[in-house]
Amino acid sequence: MTFQEIKELIIQEFGEEAVVAENLTGIQPVLTVVKDRLPSIAEFLWRNEKTYFDYLSCITAIDNPKTDTIEVVYNFYSIPYNHHLTLRVDTPRGDEQNLPRVPTLSTIFKTANWHEREAFDLFGIVFEGHPDLRRILLPADWEGYPLRKDYKEQEYYHGIKVAY
Amino acid sequence: MPTDRIQYVYHKDNLHRSEPTRTRPEDLKSEEMIINLGPQHPSTHGVLRLEVITDGEFVKEVIPHMGYLHRCFEKHAENLPYNQIIPFVDRMDYLASMNSEHVYVMGLEKMLGIENTLPKRIEYIRVLVAELNRLASHFVAIGTYGIDIGAFTPFLWLMRDREHIQRLLEWVCGARMLYNYIWVGGLFYDLPVGFEERCGDFIKYLKPKMKELETLVIHNKIFIQRTANIGVLPLDLAINYGCSGPMLRGSGLKYDLRRVDGYSVYPELEFDIPVGKGEMGTVGDCWDRNYVRVLECYESIKIIEQCLIQLTGTHKRTRDFDPQAMVPKKIRPKAMDFYVRGETPKGELGFYFRSTGNTDIPYRCKGRSPCFVNLSVINELSKNAMLADLIAIIGSIDVVMGEVDR
Repeated sequence: MTFQEIKELIIQEFGEEAVVAENLTGIQPVLTVVKDRLPSIAEFLWRNEKTYFDYLSCITAIDNPKTDTIEVVYNFYSIPYNHHLTLRVDTPRGDEQNLPRVPTLSTIFKTANWHEREAFDLFGIVFEGHPDLRRILLPADWEGYPLRKDYKEQEYYHGIKVAY
Repeated sequence: MPTDRIQYVYHKDNLHRSEPTRTRPEDLKSEEMIINLGPQHPSTHGVLRLEVITDGEFVKEVIPHMGYLHRCFEKHAENLPYNQIIPFVDRMDYLASMNSEHVYVMGLEKMLGIENTLPKRIEYIRVLVAELNRLASHFVAIGTYGIDIGAFTPFLWLMRDREHIQRLLEWVCGARMLYNYIWVGGLFYDLPVGFEERCGDFIKYLKPKMKELETLVIHNKIFIQRTANIGVLPLDLAINYGCSGPMLRGSGLKYDLRRVDGYSVYPELEFDIPVGKGEMGTVGDCWDRNYVRVLECYESIKIIEQCLIQLTGTHKRTRDFDPQAMVPKKIRPKAMDFYVRGETPKGELGFYFRSTGNTDIPYRCKGRSPCFVNLSVINELSKNAMLADLIAIIGSIDVVMGEVDR
């Protein structure tokens, strides 16, 4: 199935408004969808016999301070059909008190569990409905989200100077 | 050093536990107990800490805690030009650096649009060194797995054979483990003169040793008893957890990115994809995963032999061959998002790049490490297993903590 066919399938099932944008400039096309519909779209693409995207390869979070958004990119792969699909959602960056929120995929793909924990750890994205959202790579009492572009490290961590 | 000198300032805070257990002792049932395994235990393969909830000898739940080897790969990558990231990529999976480099470099070449213009000799050398490194990585996996479940000899034998590979690779590029050999658009050096013959000698030496290994480990009765029917991973669960590499093939799926994606010169090479068949127990148990690794060693040997034939025949060394001729002066891909993946000994290594098009520093470079994803399945594998089997299960996943924590 081509990218356009998959896009039409999504529009057919979820309506015109579920797809926000598409980016065809790169080698791999990217489809931006409404973030609230993401879990249902992912599940639909998995259960549908024509697409069968059963393998979630990678979840990448990207911080864009210029447009004040954080995006989460999902790379799906279908093992029987050898298809790739890149889905993307956008969410406002928020601040310390009001972290960005994206619905979780970990109820559908178990592999999303740790990927999402990593995105929470390094970007501060709260995945709604995640069963166990804790920091995964950094210590539990670390402050801030290091992979944000405007990150400033804390001065001291347990009496140890952080900046070198 | 005088002992009376104060070496650090004592803070009461230092003893505060920054990484507490997830389970609180007061929430446990009366028979349950928390056992903290690692991070300094040798059988956790590096600095992995497992919080194990046990009921007597039975494991109820395993909660991995990691991050002890977190070296901020992605943050470093956002501040360095593309070619300077390659040494950091080496340090992700330090047992199979060549494979990681190969995947990373391949991604950049696709972004630059030069992947099909490289001389065939470069591609064959890349595959040759990557497969040598795959052998070395599998040797460590199988050898340390033997130690985990109480067999010391295979570890020493495999380390002896791995030493030959490391010396060969040291001869190629000067380093034993962290190579920085495969460059974007080429290689650091051509193969040293005489390398092909020595490599051929090594393969001749290695073949009987592999048979020896198989009788020593894989078909050893104690080994079978410790691994068969232990840590069974059904195929649907493996796919849902995103497992790849020997984990997925051990569960019976013929899925190898070298074949599926057919990158580099792999389509021109003859090799099989071994899968777990459940010969000693159930499909997808620890024995299957290890047998798949051993069989993959045979396939790597086959690939190396074919590469050597090509490198001494059609694509043999010429006086004017310059492996750095195609290396771009400035690596500046167009603005795009690109996900590249390739088969390392542990599974699917992926990189997600975002380039902005006006700098040679990536805007984002995410590493999707196979060990990280494979390790996440450990809780499912070890439910209701015995505590001693948990050690066998950790070993069969073959984690390298450098790649899990990045």
